[in-house]
Amino acid sequence: MTAGDLLTLAPLIALALSAVVVMLAAAFARSHALALTLTVLGLGITLGTLFVSAGRESHQVTPLLVFDDFALFVIGLIVVATTVVALLSWGYLQQGRVDPEEHYVLLLTATLGAATLAASTQFATLFLGLEILSVSLYALIAYPLAREESVEAAVKYLVLAGATSAFLVFGMALVYAQTGTMVLASLAPFLSLTPPDGGALVVTGLLLILGGLGFKLAVVPLHMWTPDIYQGAPAPVSAFVATVSKGAVVALLLRAFPPASLEKGSAVFLVLALVAIASMLAGNLLALRQDNVKRILAYSSIANMGYVLVAFLATGEGASVAVTLFLVAYAAASLAAFGVVTVLSTGVRDAERLDDYRGLAANRPWLTAVMTVSLFSLAGIPLTLGFVGKFFVVTAGAGAAMWSLVIVLVLTSTIGLYYYTRIIVVMFVPRAGHEVATERRAPAGIALAALTVFVLAFGVYPAPLIRLVEWAVATLD
Amino acid sequence: MIVVWYIVLPALAAPLAWLGGRARPALARWIALAGTAAPLALLVWQWAAKADVLTSAFAAPAADPAGALRGVWLAHVQVDWIPQLGITFFLAEDGLTLIMLALTFALGLLAVLCSWRGITERVGFFHFVLLWTVAGLAGVFLSFDLFLFYFFFEMMLVPMYFVIAVWGHERRVYAAVKFFIFTQVSGLLTLVAIVALYFIHGRATGDYTFDYLKLLGTPMSTATATWLMLGFFVAFAVKLPVVPLHTWLPDAHTEAPTAGSVILAGVLIKVGAYGMLRFMIPLFPQASFDFRTVAMVLGVVGIIYGALMAYGQRDLKRLVAYTSVSHMGFVLLGIFAWNTLALQGVVLQLVCHALSTGALFILVGALQDRIHTRDLDQMGGLWQVAPRMGGTATFFALASLGLPGLGNFVAEFLILVGTWQVSRWAAVLGAVGLVFATVYALWFVQRAFQGAETHQSRFADLGRRETGMFAALIAGLLLLGFYPQPLIATTRHPVEALQLAATTRPATPATQPGSSAAIPTTAAPEDGP
Repeated sequence: MTAGDLLTLAPLIALALSAVVVMLAAAFARSHALALTLTVLGLGITLGTLFVSAGRESHQVTPLLVFDDFALFVIGLIVVATTVVALLSWGYLQQGRVDPEEHYVLLLTATLGAATLAASTQFATLFLGLEILSVSLYALIAYPLAREESVEAAVKYLVLAGATSAFLVFGMALVYAQTGTMVLASLAPFLSLTPPDGGALVVTGLLLILGGLGFKLAVVPLHMWTPDIYQGAPAPVSAFVATVSKGAVVALLLRAFPPASLEKGSAVFLVLALVAIASMLAGNLLALRQDNVKRILAYSSIANMGYVLVAFLATGEGASVAVTLFLVAYAAASLAAFGVVTVLSTGVRDAERLDDYRGLAANRPWLTAVMTVSLFSLAGIPLTLGFVGKFFVVTAGAGAAMWSLVIVLVLTSTIGLYYYTRIIVVMFVPRAGHEVATERRAPAGIALAALTVFVLAFGVYPAPLIRLVEWAVATLD
Repeated sequence: MIVVWYIVLPALAAPLAWLGGRARPALARWIALAGTAAPLALLVWQWAAKADVLTSAFAAPAADPAGALRGVWLAHVQVDWIPQLGITFFLAEDGLTLIMLALTFALGLLAVLCSWRGITERVGFFHFVLLWTVAGLAGVFLSFDLFLFYFFFEMMLVPMYFVIAVWGHERRVYAAVKFFIFTQVSGLLTLVAIVALYFIHGRATGDYTFDYLKLLGTPMSTATATWLMLGFFVAFAVKLPVVPLHTWLPDAHTEAPTAGSVILAGVLIKVGAYGMLRFMIPLFPQASFDFRTVAMVLGVVGIIYGALMAYGQRDLKRLVAYTSVSHMGFVLLGIFAWNTLALQGVVLQLVCHALSTGALFILVGALQDRIHTRDLDQMGGLWQVAPRMGGTATFFALASLGLPGLGNFVAEFLILVGTWQVSRWAAVLGAVGLVFATVYALWFVQRAFQGAETHQSRFADLGRRETGMFAALIAGLLLLGFYPQPLIATTRHPVEALQLAATTRPATPATQPGSSAAIPTTAAPEDGP
């Protein structure tokens, strides 16, 4: 490792330093505004360092980390998403009864973990990144200590994430035992093995690893935690779990198991296909009977990860593009939806009941517009980025002739429409009685407006975004 | 570039109406009026200016379907949109599109007018979604790129959903959700079919494109073509609606506010017919031809079933909704007969049905505003109270049953003559449907307007705004009844071009008189009134 490598590493260093600075600042002066400013500043600098890193000739830093175009693109996404979460947190924490500063420290460390994940090329960094992310999340979820449900959610997450980490490590051990390598890129040849060929150990190991990652993605059958944690966690943290944490893992999946290396009919392929179908079905069906908006969004995210897997399994050339594009669309819409939940939440409880949204259109037309756009994007209605994303997924699936997966996707999407439109209609139904009294806060407003413009603008003219995504995933192949 | 304005004008007026409505409701109404009147004026001007292009001799190139279709364009625009997938922003307008656009804007205008007093809540937002629907519909009729078509097809559903769900009647949310889900499922199946066609064409020629003209004549196996054709058919059949897939329609039409019913019945369901004419049959001529018997049976079932159900209704809006099912059965029959006479009848039927059913919905809406019920049992003898309303209702009821001298008669007559050449049984059974139409139409007038005045107190007759609307619609139907030639001339070449596009391969559904499609004689459903 040379001094020059430090420049390549700059994004991670900037993130780590930001966390330290925010923590120290909190130690000397407890000021919420200062903490937020420093956080956003740190994230901005991180974004700048991406260009420094991109300008370097060698992208590989030790055998452990790589900062190629794809990693930088994903880190950029993660950083932007975290910025949105930080802006949303401001108003939310203003009303709480806890000191808000450490929230931002944890947010930054969690981001560091996610970024590490996105850049990792080896088991060691994979595990390290995942654990930094998880441990920060335990604390983030339980942050409003006064709320019992938050603590309950955090404990649940801790136990389950701990258990799956064990699976992950065990899987890595099995793979290492047979192959003698911990480098992700060298796993590809083993993916097509089926147990009778003597690959029992390595296939079991790979499936255990996929299980560990699948837990983070919350795909069936590892999805049980999602609704509880989304509901229990503070709304901005739910947004973080739904987007940053999942995005980083999807990026890692793309790197470790490039779609081109998955052979149709191999054990890993079949398992993932079943998982995809089960996730699409379970996510959409279970959301139908919910009256809690956060839980609906949780099930929706399960279904969305199923869609991601469909694109992931489409072994054709467009698969990586479809996965990444869909992820961007999903992240933007989810952040906006959780953002609206956050803005409407009071210090006492989150605005999570469907009833809290009754008649919103009359009192808060702009907020209603944001929620409507984001839900339509999640549902994949034209003029939103979600439509473009889903179209790419369908195209990728059809291109690989995976008709059963595509048909399930199409039919379950329709089920999905039902619960998205349920929320939307409630917002337009006149409300009897008092109106929701929440403050209007500038940071969250800016973030939500930006997200909505993003979703709509690239929904109408997606070509530039697609070019960017194509450029980013080009390094994967 | 003129074709872009047809979408841009209403789409731009939409946010203006919303903002205007927040200041003063009346402002929103006027902006919406301008937003539909302006494209209509533009269209009329274009119609007049391009009259020579529309009626000039049509020289069809022999083996070039795309060239034939291109030859009848009045205007078009094509620019790259998502080049990564070969998607272009491709709008084009021929005589058929022109007629559909005229319907869209005219009924949009009527929808604004008929909600002038009826809509009092969230006026700005109402006109926003209404104009947005109009813009989406205009896009659907103009698209010559399959992705773009699907884009607009889906885009207009959302505002329509809002119109029903927010301003509708008692069971509005149920009806809106049902409408949305029916159309979505079918739309997504079409999407799969479109994407499949995209790959089949791309693999065969190396040219990955959603361009409709290039996709014409894509070589594929019979089985594949059948599946893809069914994907298109289901979507358009839900829209039209074709009988087993019609159940969303009575609910949606009944629960929607008057303006929503007018747009739904007048334009939205016509998208189904347009889609079959423009896309399904030219893209899959052989598969459609093989499917003809089934489709014609469905058409006949629709005609008779819709008429019987209409007869059995107490709710006036539901009654009118079921008459739509019946009339669209004729459209399906005519489309699958696929000869010049039948197709001209189909186009005429689309226009006349839009005018007559639109008028009936406006009338029922006006009645409901006054007596606060749609229940036929609560009516009777209304003629004494409101003679102008009674006369108007009688006129449109007669139009609906196909009285000679009115446009609907010409349309249904042409369809039946065209169908006769293909399948006698279908024509005969369809004509039987006309008898049922007489029953429900006269029954409706009898129960609502004739007889003793039993239930109602006094209420105001049609006002100036309403009288004006109905006068325009009556004039339109009379004109189409006595002199349908301008409309037939406008769509003649585009229809010929479509026929040509679908006959470039052997054994296609061309004009083949006397072929005996086996239509079972027991087509009547058991659940009558």
